[in-house]
Amino acid sequence: MIGDKDVEHVARLARLALSESERSRMRDQLSVILQYIDKLKAIDVEGVEPTSHAVPLVNVMRDDEPAPCLPQADALANAPDPVGEFFRVPRIIED
Amino acid sequence: MKTDPTRLTIHALIDAYRAGDTTPTAATEAYLARIAAHDEKLGAYLTVTREAALAQAHAADDRYRQGTPRGPLDGTPFAIKDVFCTRGVRTTCGSRILESFVPPYDATVVSRLKDAGAVLLGKANMDEFAMGSSTEHSAFKPTRNPWDLTRVPGGSSGGSAAAVAGDLAVAALGTDTGGSVRQPAAFCGVVGLKPTYGRVSRHGLVAFASSLDHVGPLTRDVQDCALVLEAIAGRDPHDSTSVDTSVPHYAAALTGDVRGLRIGVPREYFTPGMDAEVDGAVREAIAVLEKLGATTEEISLPMTDYGIAVYYIIAPAEASSNLARYDGVKYGLRVSGGKDLIDMVSRTRAAGFGAEVKRRIVLGTYALSAGYYDAYYGRAQKVRTLVRRDFEQAFARVDVIVAPTTPSVAFRHGEKEDPLSMYLNDVFTVGADLAGVPGISVRCGFTSAGLPIGLQVIGRAFDEPRVLRVAHAYEQATTWLDKRPQL
Repeated sequence: MIGDKDVEHVARLARLALSESERSRMRDQLSVILQYIDKLKAIDVEGVEPTSHAVPLVNVMRDDEPAPCLPQADALANAPDPVGEFFRVPRIIED
Repeated sequence: MKTDPTRLTIHALIDAYRAGDTTPTAATEAYLARIAAHDEKLGAYLTVTREAALAQAHAADDRYRQGTPRGPLDGTPFAIKDVFCTRGVRTTCGSRILESFVPPYDATVVSRLKDAGAVLLGKANMDEFAMGSSTEHSAFKPTRNPWDLTRVPGGSSGGSAAAVAGDLAVAALGTDTGGSVRQPAAFCGVVGLKPTYGRVSRHGLVAFASSLDHVGPLTRDVQDCALVLEAIAGRDPHDSTSVDTSVPHYAAALTGDVRGLRIGVPREYFTPGMDAEVDGAVREAIAVLEKLGATTEEISLPMTDYGIAVYYIIAPAEASSNLARYDGVKYGLRVSGGKDLIDMVSRTRAAGFGAEVKRRIVLGTYALSAGYYDAYYGRAQKVRTLVRRDFEQAFARVDVIVAPTTPSVAFRHGEKEDPLSMYLNDVFTVGADLAGVPGISVRCGFTSAGLPIGLQVIGRAFDEPRVLRVAHAYEQATTWLDKRPQL
């Protein structure tokens, strides 16, 4: 029900480089899991509202007051490749 | 005296501090000595913060000496699941991708424990990103069950549960998304509470599935559980899902009186496939509560059988979104050498995540992807509404629900290689996560092989006082806590 192409497509969406053996194992395991999950199709959900959170919470607002935030040096401290005030990443745009 | 301080509950330890029988520093040193002696075989800790713990203990000593202790947790040594950010202390979430991550701030629950004077011994092992039920999916090492080292402690808060059961911490913090506090509590024979959704702040908790993640205590007895919950509960401006509802004095609810209380026993939680010794122990526990004056009636939670299927859509979907942040740019691992940004990100994630995390990211991304969203995620959210209604209808008739925490006791390392069979272990715990209602696991006996069995008490939203009262009344009426594992 889920093929190599599906796994490859989804892994690309999720930015996960999978080896060929990982991909085929994932295909087999996900097929079993999705087959189990298919039991939900037997339930009549006509007219049922979806639940996104267990408690009824709507937008939580606060006053827009400035307050201290994380210092820049702290925010950069764990970066794998910081440069000055920036996070450096591999080139995105062609020359 | 001298009682070994590592054998005491929080409340007994506080009494001993006040009486001058022992000190926070002596207790902390005793715990550190036990960790040094036993944790190599148990694997409960990923990081032990010896120096910081001793400094916190010395400060607590001073407060007791001056007659100004901070309250019922001052100077008590905790383990913190490695999913909570701790300022200046490595926080790995059990993953290679965060192997050297040092957070610049404390999670709100960590700072609340520190403000209460608690001593933090270190960071507890866990399944990677809290995805698992055995703590075998930690990227660093497995944790073993103190009652039988060939068995798992449960998970994902397995390090926290094993530390408390093995006397390597007086109490611990864990998280419960599908059962990850209650299931390891049951497997290790300790008390584990998943509070109501919104009761405890998640700020500074490494996110897994945000509509399901809950923070909860693991403790030696129910009174300790009440004390820890009171310290960590309450609204936090940094977590918009934390609810602005006053925090009761939970310990005051432990009256021992359950007379007239209506207890529901869900027929779907006693399945033909479950362990006969678990079934028997839980039924005996229900008889104990009846003897204490509670009334019981059989109820039905008809959607129980669908809980796992709903959970394994919603939790991976939310995880796939939450874990998108691990991109090798802002923090965590980076694998360099790719041809461009996307290549770098994809290689980093391939190297940094373990098999179970990858499986859930792919499953969640699939469930959210174009063409499948309505069939999977949309449908699962609707069935989640039906799960909630089950509990609402039950709580219109009864005050609490009593059931087994898990269908079986601690299994052996390597026994559940197949992901689906591991997932099915959460069949009795996911319901309370999906519905957001509080649930606790307490010890209710042992199998003939000497493994602890967990009794679960589930209550209405924000009715932790009653959940705790029932669990405490049961605990006080029985002698199961007298038994301890030999390491």
